Amino acid sequence: MGEGPSPPDRQARPAASAVLECALLRDKARGVSVNARKKFVVGSFVIIATLVVLAYVGYTQSKTYYHTISEVATMHGSVLEQRMRVSGNVRDGSIQHVDGRVDFVLEEEGKTMPVSYSGTDPLPDTFKDGAQALVEGHLGSNGHFEAEQIQAKCASKYQATAPGVAPAPSPGQTMASPATPNSGS
Amino acid sequence: MDIFGYYALLLALVAAVYAFVGGIAGIVTRQQLLIKSARNAGLAVCVLVALSVASLEYFLQTDNFSMAYVAEHSNSALPWYYKFAALWSGQEGSLLWWSFLLSTFAFFAIFLNRKKHPELMPYVGVIIAGVQIFFLTLNNFVASPFHVLGAADATGVMHMARVADGGGLNPLLQYPEMVIHPPMLYLGYTGFTIPFAFALAALLGRYPGEKWIHITRRWTMVAWMFQTVGILLGAHWAYAVLGWGGYWEWDPVENASLLPWITATAFLHSVMMQEKRGMMKVWNVWLVFSTFMLCILGTFLTRAGIVNSVHAFAESSIGGWFVGFLIIILLVCFGAWFKNRDYLRSDNQLDSLVSRESSFLFNNLILLAACFAVLWGTLFPVFSEWFTGNKISVGPPFFNKVNIPIALFLIFLTGVGPLLAWRKTSLDGLRRNFAWPIVVGIASGIAAFIFGFRQFYPLICLILSVFVTLTIFSEFYRGARVISQRDGTDIFTAARELTMRNTRRYGGYVVHFGMIVIFVGITGSAFNQDVEKQMQVGQTLNIGPYSLLVQNFDQDNNDNYSSQRVTLEVFRDGKSAMMLYPERRLYTASQVTETIVAVESSALRDLYVVYSGINPDTNQPVVHAYLNPLVKWIWFGGVIVVLGTGLAMLPNRRTAIVLRPVERLITTPLGGNDTMAAAMGPISRNAISERSGAND
Repeated sequence: MGEGPSPPDRQARPAASAVLECALLRDKARGVSVNARKKFVVGSFVIIATLVVLAYVGYTQSKTYYHTISEVATMHGSVLEQRMRVSGNVRDGSIQHVDGRVDFVLEEEGKTMPVSYSGTDPLPDTFKDGAQALVEGHLGSNGHFEAEQIQAKCASKYQATAPGVAPAPSPGQTMASPATPNSGS
Repeated sequence: MDIFGYYALLLALVAAVYAFVGGIAGIVTRQQLLIKSARNAGLAVCVLVALSVASLEYFLQTDNFSMAYVAEHSNSALPWYYKFAALWSGQEGSLLWWSFLLSTFAFFAIFLNRKKHPELMPYVGVIIAGVQIFFLTLNNFVASPFHVLGAADATGVMHMARVADGGGLNPLLQYPEMVIHPPMLYLGYTGFTIPFAFALAALLGRYPGEKWIHITRRWTMVAWMFQTVGILLGAHWAYAVLGWGGYWEWDPVENASLLPWITATAFLHSVMMQEKRGMMKVWNVWLVFSTFMLCILGTFLTRAGIVNSVHAFAESSIGGWFVGFLIIILLVCFGAWFKNRDYLRSDNQLDSLVSRESSFLFNNLILLAACFAVLWGTLFPVFSEWFTGNKISVGPPFFNKVNIPIALFLIFLTGVGPLLAWRKTSLDGLRRNFAWPIVVGIASGIAAFIFGFRQFYPLICLILSVFVTLTIFSEFYRGARVISQRDGTDIFTAARELTMRNTRRYGGYVVHFGMIVIFVGITGSAFNQDVEKQMQVGQTLNIGPYSLLVQNFDQDNNDNYSSQRVTLEVFRDGKSAMMLYPERRLYTASQVTETIVAVESSALRDLYVVYSGINPDTNQPVVHAYLNPLVKWIWFGGVIVVLGTGLAMLPNRRTAIVLRPVERLITTPLGGNDTMAAAMGPISRNAISERSGAND
């Protein structure tokens, strides 16, 4: 993207600087304003640089790591503060409603992880014993995973391929995204 | 009957292979008979695919549950229009639907041009057939919708099986819009195949002249319009059905539909550089190529499960096919470009920073930046896993941070670009065109600030929207005034006359205005509020100027679903204003729950109420109310965009050449006042090329 959309008119030649030099010489010979090209390149650079900075800020604010339960178990240090997404199956009989909070245990390949959810949105109807669930949030100090969002799908058949832009969201989607109410903008 | 559809599809593949191979042979040997037969094979593909679609639809409508696809995606209690929509609700059916729409486009492209461009069309036919071969191979051998349920008995003989009733259509798709949204979006996705075919054909055949670029532009506009409608319908569906109060979540699947739209938008702008100034030819060809590849990528992303979307849990095995196809397309495009790159040599250079050219360059630069950012963000989990081993996803903050400034800059260019002269704009011209809009725009920004409208981006958006709207209206006004003075008609008749004489220019302004309306609507989301509350009969919830009183909870059952419903009376300023009935449905066939949102929509704001279900701790129902300002503007702006695009595709009205205005035109400096030139009728430099563009 470096040289912006102006040079693609010309074909790629070995050395980029030679190309630019060549073009500048030719423009001078033609009496065309070299200034315009320079200004455009500078303007493009400023725009791209701004966008890169914004992208980086947005990235640090919203990056979410995917981890498996066994990875979470062996994590230590600063990585524990990452925002992450973990998936697994809800262990049979582990769902407990305790004063406004829901505790349950996720399991995958023999590993388990206790999860607490204290959000205000009711849990999706598909969130049941044995359901496959995707939780997003942070690891708490007591070893409990504190979920901000929970999505779940029935353990049985799930046909998710809807056409085009509209793949069938998991039914959990109906309660998803308390964290992003303004994402429309 | 399943035999019928199955063989129609198989024959379609055979015909496509013939159209491809025969077409190439025809081009090489220059045998007219061969070229003609290949073309007819191309037309036959379309008919055969249509027959197989009709066959599958027949099974759906007649509840033939011995067909695997019907049993999985439909049930007998489904109304007929949803049985129709069930056609594209699953992977096999939606791929068949892709082939069908592509064939429909191909049919029109080949049939309408059957007597034109004899040097170009054989190439076009071959390229379209190539794309069709890929999809028909998938339809026939990888994801056939014509599988029959059956099981082999002990002797190995297959016996047909039949289930009593189907698994039902996904309830999220049981919404009126889902009957038209996928076809629209698919018309967009498939439609971009045609401009791709023409551009690649022109490059491969080194088609002389600029004719192909006009054809490519027209077809891109058609596909772009469908894509716009498809994206907006998808957003509206998400808003009305998913029940989270928003319409866009930067989900990979949403992004996938936006990507080709962005590159097509960039192309529709930069193509003018080529038509008017002979610049950016390589760039334009690559924009068309990229748009098509992004369409294929989008189709791939929606199915392959490579990106872990909250929307798409399922993974499927056809991803590899798409990757292979994408690589082939990329190689063909690259080869065609590399071999014929001298064909695309540029005629002119950038003259000044304050010129139409440079506004187009900036427009393309930031559209491409937006496309790149969205693509990068969408595929980030894949890239991060490749390079660091950690799968990391980015969320809406990333996309919003990058794309909001881009959108604002685009709005700015929308106002400025069309009024800048080609080559170089004088200071005088700038003052004449922009002084008042800028003053009024800033004044409205100051007024809004004083009235407590303090958020930075919305404030900038307000200023820019006022500015751009004024420049658009003043363009219409100044052009119309010239005509009305000359012809003695009133200003509205004159504005209509003006528009019809240069539909492309003024249709473009209408599209720009529609986009401004959409952006204003999106800006409204900066002021969204929501309240969630556990409620019993007799309790109220307050949000904005409304208070919601729970009157009743009830149940309603029918064959297709059972539902729980809340009856809410909405008071505004102490007076009863309306009743709302948010609902939760449990669909019988699929045992899936769905939220039915109750929305009261006005131009100023939407009151959006969701019945979130029963809190299991307290056994009390929970109601979630949202107040979303200006959402309606987005849908309304979409309608304006579509009307504007339609207008821009109309041919210009020819008027008799009157000598007097021509004389006056000569005194107008070239590239000076475009409005004047356009208003004066077809004898401007501008209008002449418009006319040649309208003749395709």
